[in-house]
Amino acid sequence: MASLARRRATDYAVKAISVGFAALSLVLLAWILWTLVARGLPALGPHVFTQITAPPGAGGGLLNAIVGSLIQIIVALIIGTPIGLMCGTFLAENGRNTQIGNAVRFVNDVLLSAPSILIGLFVYQLLVVPFGGFSGWAGAIALAIIIIPVVVRTTEDMLNLVPIGLREAAFALGAPQWKVVTFITWRAARAGIVTGILLAIARAAGETAPLLFTSLGNNGWSLSLDAPMASLPIAIYQYAASPFEDWVALAWAGALIITVGVLTLNILSRLVLAKMK
Amino acid sequence: MDATLSGRQAGPDLIAAHKPTGRVSDPVFVGILWASGILVLLLLGLIIAMLFEGGLPALREFGISFVWSTTWNPVTEVFGAGVMVFGTLFSAVIAVIIALPLSFGIAFFLTEIAPGPLRRPIGVAIQLLAAIPSIIYGMWGFFIVVPLMAAYVQPPLIDWLGPLPVIGALFQGPPLGAGMLTAGLIMAIMILPFITAMFVEVLESVPPMIKESAYGVGATTYEVYRNVSVPYGRTAMVGAVMLGLGRALGETMAVTFVIGNATRMSASLFAPGATIASTIANEFPEASTGSLKLQALLELGFILFVISFIVLALSRLLVRSRLKG
Repeated sequence: MASLARRRATDYAVKAISVGFAALSLVLLAWILWTLVARGLPALGPHVFTQITAPPGAGGGLLNAIVGSLIQIIVALIIGTPIGLMCGTFLAENGRNTQIGNAVRFVNDVLLSAPSILIGLFVYQLLVVPFGGFSGWAGAIALAIIIIPVVVRTTEDMLNLVPIGLREAAFALGAPQWKVVTFITWRAARAGIVTGILLAIARAAGETAPLLFTSLGNNGWSLSLDAPMASLPIAIYQYAASPFEDWVALAWAGALIITVGVLTLNILSRLVLAKMK
Repeated sequence: MDATLSGRQAGPDLIAAHKPTGRVSDPVFVGILWASGILVLLLLGLIIAMLFEGGLPALREFGISFVWSTTWNPVTEVFGAGVMVFGTLFSAVIAVIIALPLSFGIAFFLTEIAPGPLRRPIGVAIQLLAAIPSIIYGMWGFFIVVPLMAAYVQPPLIDWLGPLPVIGALFQGPPLGAGMLTAGLIMAIMILPFITAMFVEVLESVPPMIKESAYGVGATTYEVYRNVSVPYGRTAMVGAVMLGLGRALGETMAVTFVIGNATRMSASLFAPGATIASTIANEFPEASTGSLKLQALLELGFILFVISFIVLALSRLLVRSRLKG
């Protein structure tokens, strides 16, 4: 065995490297955020929120993209949250320690990390091709498929934290399962379930790849879910890769908006979770 | 009822044993729960089936050699996935190679070194790296990292390491900035929080007793980490790395911005390339409905799904087996 002095030296060296790595990751986070602020803030003005996208040189903002994103996320939530909530409840209440429950949990974990661009291709095949065109509906459903596994996972985790005694007390009073779940377990896990939904919104808000072949993007003003619909990530993608300076600036402004929104949602949900535990 | 006495695990059995008493509402509610579970189960099957079906004509046209053929020529309509499969694996492996030591170090820092009050905020900050949308990484990579790579990182590496035998092949070509290494670097930052979080979870599950035994015989913090904690959690940690790999394989937007998008194969870290995901994102707008190109892209998607599925399934098996045992 190496001498004590050498072992101590190795220990210090590894500790120093580890501190360095942790510092490096914080620096990277700060660097990314700083880039967004430095490039996005100067481009951010009221016009970003009040005007729709325009040809290069003609000014314009991101209003249609922001509204399109909000609509698609809300529709995705309306579709995805109930399914995710019910599936998570199924896993925690009916499917624990059963083979079908394990299978659903496995599939959900795979969906959680599956390449999001494939969700886009899937919805393209499922909805865009048969119904003859890109649409807000297709985009919203692609986002719903992104949302579901996130909600399933957090719902199950949160319901597992609810003490079994609460359920037993309700069953002992003769309550049927739907009453026990809705009045007791959901209520006890409410904050955690809401957290899961917030995280799902954050995830959906930044997703670009699933929208490329579903809602496509739209440079005009359209609120119809049957037509191609603009979205913030797609507008950023389109503008960032363009050779026009004002478009690139708008892309940075949009990137700042999305990142601030997504990080706020994440920090909020972590605070709620920390309070619960 | 002794099921009650055995604690939390008793719950579901109790619920399962509970017979709704003549109400209509309960079977309906339970039915909805089951249906949602089955729906999620079917969703995966449906995704696989649709991608397979969509790519089938391309598979029929080019045969199974589509998977490794390196020709991708939209003009002559000859397609093969070889270059993209290579690019997908190459860039993802680079990402894991860069992220792995960082994750080991940060997990060591978070579990053993960081003073209590700092642990949570630093852990959360690192997790925020995972929350930043992929397109933001793409922009940051494209506008900030690519020029830095081209100006300061690649030229000296090409000068110093390029002439060496064998490994010199990794450092050839003009310093374009965009390419495999840059894509791997950006993805490394993106998967780092996932790997680190699982490492920390595994390391925190190591029984304090066995760590204390090692400290008791005079081991240093690092020795305990290396010889006790890490071996104890090895299986799950391999699973965590696989999860990172799975994430990197399917990464789209960030890669599309920085990989250079060239459908050529090169062993060089600096050569522009393409991954399956970046090719789909880039070429889809030019592929018309029903065209052979679109079918080839769908087939690419199917291949990516199969690769990711295997890696993610393996990851989950490794992680779960450890946490259960």
